[in-house]
Amino acid sequence: MTVRVQEADFDIGAELDRLTGGNRRIGGLAVFVGLVREMHLRDGLHRERIEALTLEHYPGMTEKALEDIEAEARRRWTLEATLIVHRYGRLEAGDRIVLVAVGSPHRDAAFEACEFLVDWLKTKAPFWKLEETPVGEKWVEAHEGDDAAAARWAKKP
Amino acid sequence: MKVRYFAWMKRTVGVAEEEVVLPADVRTVGELVEWLRTRSGGHAEALAAGAAFGTAVDQRTTTFDALLTGAKEVAFFPPFTGG
Repeated sequence: MTVRVQEADFDIGAELDRLTGGNRRIGGLAVFVGLVREMHLRDGLHRERIEALTLEHYPGMTEKALEDIEAEARRRWTLEATLIVHRYGRLEAGDRIVLVAVGSPHRDAAFEACEFLVDWLKTKAPFWKLEETPVGEKWVEAHEGDDAAAARWAKKP
Repeated sequence: MKVRYFAWMKRTVGVAEEEVVLPADVRTVGELVEWLRTRSGGHAEALAAGAAFGTAVDQRTTTFDALLTGAKEVAFFPPFTGG
């Protein structure tokens, strides 16, 4: 039942230990970690590497949006523990961006709720990625695939 | 009332936020958009009819027909790209 938005990196092991600590009803813990993928920009014949990006967000609204998404997951599945940690600021390829963890008595609910949380936070939480390219800064455009992934969950399972 | 802009919209408008006093005939987010467009070339470009952007009233996502009654903060932003 925790949502955090922070500039600092997170320690996955320590986060999961804290999340499940002492709760013996948890039989399965599903975890998603999002990383900054190394990207390439094609500019004519040149292929330039994008090494870093800056994540902007809307302080105040971001936390509310993540709490709403978490609350929706808890309405849909029987969950014992949920955690969303999302970073902002400048991140380099290989850096961790987001951690989503869901603990439930059974694995099906944990897997499904974890996937739901990731799909919804990509389209409903106010974050924007600005890539650093060799030819200047470029705002990342939203992917239709992300909307489709989020729409899968429009109906309750 | 405070109006805030995010990501590329902030750069195009030229400010991250501004205080505005609404005319009496601006009652919805859509009417606010039309009124803001008249403030500068940057506003007109960022809030152009064909531009893909969303809105939030008091930090909750909403639609352009939402009423502004009692609103303290309205935000405009491009589609989200987090995660």
